Amino acid sequence: MFMRGGNYRGRQPQPGIQVMTTVASFEIAYHQYLDANGVTVRDMPGFAHDAARLLELYRSMLRTRLFDRKAVALQRTGQMGTYASSLGQEATAAGVGAAMRSEDVFLPTYREQGVYLARGVSMAELLLYWGGDERGMAFADVSDDFPVAIPIATHLPHAVGVAWAFQYRKQARVAVGMCGDGATSKGDFYEAINAAGVWQLPCVFVVVNNGWAISMPRAQQSRCETLAQKAIAAGIPGEQVDGNDVIAVLDRVGAALERARSGGGPTLVETLSYRVSDHTTADDATRYRSEAEVRAQAARDPIDRLRRYLVKAGALSETAEADIKRELELELESAVAEYLATPPRGTGTMFDCLYAALPDALAPQRDECLREYPDDG
Amino acid sequence: MRWHRNAMNASGNILMTAELTLLEAVNTALARALEDDEDVVLLGEDIGVNGGVFRATAGLQQRFGSQRVVDAPLAEGLIVGMAVGMAAQGLKPVAEIQFMGFIYPAIDQFINHAARLRTRTRGRLSCPMVVRAPFGGGIRAPEHHSESTESMFAHIPGLRVVIPSSPERAYGLLLAAIHDPDPVLFLEPKRIYRLIRQQVDDDGDPLPLDVCFTLREGSDVTLVSWGAMLHETQLAADRMRDENISCEVIDVATVKPLDIATILESVARTGRCVIVHEAARTAGFGAEIAAQLAEHGLLSLFAPIRRVTGPDTVMPLLKLEDRYLPSVARICHAIRQTMEFS
Repeated sequence: MFMRGGNYRGRQPQPGIQVMTTVASFEIAYHQYLDANGVTVRDMPGFAHDAARLLELYRSMLRTRLFDRKAVALQRTGQMGTYASSLGQEATAAGVGAAMRSEDVFLPTYREQGVYLARGVSMAELLLYWGGDERGMAFADVSDDFPVAIPIATHLPHAVGVAWAFQYRKQARVAVGMCGDGATSKGDFYEAINAAGVWQLPCVFVVVNNGWAISMPRAQQSRCETLAQKAIAAGIPGEQVDGNDVIAVLDRVGAALERARSGGGPTLVETLSYRVSDHTTADDATRYRSEAEVRAQAARDPIDRLRRYLVKAGALSETAEADIKRELELELESAVAEYLATPPRGTGTMFDCLYAALPDALAPQRDECLREYPDDG
Repeated sequence: MRWHRNAMNASGNILMTAELTLLEAVNTALARALEDDEDVVLLGEDIGVNGGVFRATAGLQQRFGSQRVVDAPLAEGLIVGMAVGMAAQGLKPVAEIQFMGFIYPAIDQFINHAARLRTRTRGRLSCPMVVRAPFGGGIRAPEHHSESTESMFAHIPGLRVVIPSSPERAYGLLLAAIHDPDPVLFLEPKRIYRLIRQQVDDDGDPLPLDVCFTLREGSDVTLVSWGAMLHETQLAADRMRDENISCEVIDVATVKPLDIATILESVARTGRCVIVHEAARTAGFGAEIAAQLAEHGLLSLFAPIRRVTGPDTVMPLLKLEDRYLPSVARICHAIRQTMEFS
């Protein structure tokens, strides 16, 4: 009576009939519009005929790259904590960020600053968080997005819960959970995609397959030919996208979002990219992978790829490019200044947001802290 | 259960009163919360059509629909994780974990997410959620169904751990937990699910969280317990009365955050304290109470604080479980030792 379990209803062999049948088979689509040289390999989607839209994507990728570079520099000079750069993965972030609507909810892991930036989180806020201050996740202009999830895959059930709330309230909003290739080995990942499938929730899972989970190469993470095919076990659509082709990412994640928004249920999109940087500033990737492998990735650079296409199409002049860079450098400069000038939080604030109201039992501990740091309420 | 119409309460609602078991009180509180607030959603394994393995949610899906009482896939981490996402969107999920022994895949969600979402977003997002789980031994259940690990959860900053010990407190504390703006682990002592009936007014009034309840006043020794063990603790207090020992009995009710003030005040009068819990002794929650009494009330004590607990062994299967659980005799022995010390 107290044992748990379920009834397994497998296909029962019928007595006397010996037939072998295939009950399911699959193929995984791979989407790419621009090859590594910035040459179109198929007809472009509608939005890609709008040069302004493509320039916006170019700017978004560049913004992330410059931000990452600055953040690493701040860490190296002792002005920030450990940081996970997204160098080489900017197209995935820019594509996901551009595909989402402001009312959607984003649930990221720790390497998705590009999406946060595209959604209106400020550079100064991200620097503040990685500089070691929770106020960086308070987001002045983004109300419902989740803070970064550092434990692997445990935030994906949150995306299911958020999407469940959207469905319950009949809101045309989508929850977007992003994780890495390593996360797909965890139970939380499967539990989340499975449940999203059961209820056909407005939820999109983006797996950024950047080839490495710290020191574990993708090949040792799973015997599966693709990570996208894990969707099949959840009964939901799954596909692969060239994660360094921002047009493909925006197109396919956009399609998944619209399907989810219109009641068509969840999708798993695996974006194929490469983590050019170390895992974090505390990591040394030369211990586990060859420099030749990393050098080879330069040819797949997502920003160069779109840049070549835009230049060839006459949509990006040298002056326009320089203007964009200058503008972004100015934004960064002022963000860094804002971050460095942020007054530190008082010691007592550790107790402020622990509960909605501080329980009586904790008041003496707060007083104890303040006795040690009396000028730091 | 038989319901009786009573007088109206202050807000003009007709009070329905009944003699309820603890289990029925849980069901009644859940129905009240579902009725009063459409943001309240129940989520768990077998809670819908089946009404839960103990029938705590019996009839609720039929009454409120499958969008309010949701049968979830068999994945505890998912269930508690989903509750985090739902709560962050302003729903008030009440998740059920079928047995406390199956809650551990979700402990990641408690520690890393539910209990700290408010802190790590500086209040931008929060988790007004409840996770209910039957806990404790004494019902002759299979392995893994009988442990009491409340102190593991009491160690998590940002979480509340609430344990009712009677039908009335189950009703009032569960409503309080659902109304609370922060995550609450609500542990239901399943051994006393159907043990006693008590009059409960279904008036929608919560009881206060974060406070102990003094169940009986006494002058010689303070007995501190929670959940099902209060049953044996009260019987021990009855027996001690025959020996002219007057016991004060305190129901901790909210284990975290702990209302030590009520316990200290009592011990200041009695000078003696016996703490009773089912859980294994080392780092059990009795250790925290004893430590705080030592820190703040040492000079009130006439005798060392005693703990009557399960031993630091693996909880045995049903043939020996009665030997594991603190008995009335064991509690009485500890009280006598305390009284004889000085």
